[in-house]
Amino acid sequence: MKSLSILETEELTYTYSAGTPFEKTAVDHVNLKIENNCMVGIIGHTGSGKSTLMQHFNGLLRPTSGKVLLHGEDIWADKKKLRDVRFRVGLVFQYPEYQLFEETVYRDIAFGPKNMGLNDAEIKERVQETAELIGLDKKLLERSPFALSGGQKRRAAIAGVMAMRPEILILDEPCAGLDPKGRNYLLRQICDYQKKTQSTVMLVSHSMEDVAEYTEKLLVMNQAKLFCYDDTPAVFRRTEELSGMGLRIPQIAGVMHTLRQRGYDLPEDIYTVAQARDALLGLLRKGGAASC
Amino acid sequence: MLKEITSGQYFPVESVLHRMDPRFKIIETLLFIFLLFAGNSFWVIALGAAFVLLAQRLSNIPMKMIWKSVKPILPFLAITALLNLLFITDGEVLFSWKFLKITEDGISTSIFMMLRIVLLIIGSSLLTYTTSPILLTDAIESLLSPLRRVKFPVHEMAMMMSIALRFIPTLLEETDKIMSAQKARGATLDNGKLTDRAKALIPILIPLFVSAFRRAEELATAMECRCYRGGDGRTRLRTLKAAPRDYIGFAVCLLFVAASVALNILLQS
Repeated sequence: MKSLSILETEELTYTYSAGTPFEKTAVDHVNLKIENNCMVGIIGHTGSGKSTLMQHFNGLLRPTSGKVLLHGEDIWADKKKLRDVRFRVGLVFQYPEYQLFEETVYRDIAFGPKNMGLNDAEIKERVQETAELIGLDKKLLERSPFALSGGQKRRAAIAGVMAMRPEILILDEPCAGLDPKGRNYLLRQICDYQKKTQSTVMLVSHSMEDVAEYTEKLLVMNQAKLFCYDDTPAVFRRTEELSGMGLRIPQIAGVMHTLRQRGYDLPEDIYTVAQARDALLGLLRKGGAASC
Repeated sequence: MLKEITSGQYFPVESVLHRMDPRFKIIETLLFIFLLFAGNSFWVIALGAAFVLLAQRLSNIPMKMIWKSVKPILPFLAITALLNLLFITDGEVLFSWKFLKITEDGISTSIFMMLRIVLLIIGSSLLTYTTSPILLTDAIESLLSPLRRVKFPVHEMAMMMSIALRFIPTLLEETDKIMSAQKARGATLDNGKLTDRAKALIPILIPLFVSAFRRAEELATAMECRCYRGGDGRTRLRTLKAAPRDYIGFAVCLLFVAASVALNILLQS
């Protein structure tokens, strides 16, 4: 199941304002194969083409050249099916709370499912299930979305896309502007959602700590080109190259790297605080035993 | 399309007309309109055309751009010409069919009106082509400043105009983003019945209004934090200063108007 690719791109290229002096290639010959049931992180410096690439995945932008294939089918082959593609590939933009518009949170979350043509019972089930999944209290569903707190609004907006049950859910910086506690809580729920639905979730983030902790694979964009798409540890092993393009490895990985250089016997591939804690505790215990 | 709206009509090239004081340019444009409407003879059109041609020479605005400003009013021109042609029944009849009569006067009036409107459009677009919207606002503020005596809020009005201009690109970008976000949730914006399309605007307009109000509030707070308190005693970054070329330009313009008025009086007597 895991190796099955769900979304592919073939030589995907997109040029803004082609034929004018403002011409700029934002995505340059990208070839990708995204697997089913996978948590993918997308990283890259500002302006590296992440957002433009994302908007190709659900057909909001039409490639200048190249193809986007969903289950092996070109999404632009039949324009009538394009709307269907948007239900299958859900896209949550940055600061999605600015797109809320309905009278109640319930109706806002129901907007996507309603557009899909589901009946009321199905819609109700989906809204309630999604609200629970994302941690929105049932009482809030009947409130106006504009009366919610910032974090709640964010959740409601994300739920609006999740409720369509897309095969791929793409989130552009879902945690931007949230406090650290809210961040972790939201990321954990997105992770739970991914496990529960066995779908693919793509997460654009600027936080290396977050992607190290929550993603299995990493897609790295650099200057409109795909730098690499690989398992998260394998990507972080390329420390030098990453810092060359303005990215870095998680802080804790830097600490472990320095410790290793100073001669401490620590394993490579430690990218999260939890892993580091275990490794250091193990080392201390060994050291403690030796000194006794 | 987005770019066209954001920069207004402004066409940034280097020229004498671009460098001229926008206040003078506004007054000269008004004088030019006066010139066009001062008389009914073709001499006025000839003078107006000469003036416009001179201004175009001085502005470095390519003829292509001038044509672009005239193009959208062509249907309007055609209708005016047609109405004049059909409803002016004085003068020698050249052609008649049932109740329709085409007369000499009808033809000359319709040509005259067409030329007058075309010149009017070209003249005023030369103003907007050579002056950025911000400078235009500054100039309007400066020109209207005498109205302050009668308690007309000139500065406030100019400030509102600048803010509106400043936020057009921002709101356009915002609209684009909201449209993409709603399309991602399956909103259909470009097909269906008229009522469906109107309904489809709701998910776009509500977030847009909410964000416009939010921005307005943030801007008001930011202005207050910087102790903004209206126009009194406020100095400006760009001060408008008339140069010799402005006076020369003004003199030339007056000469044209005087010539047109004189011609008119001569022709009438």
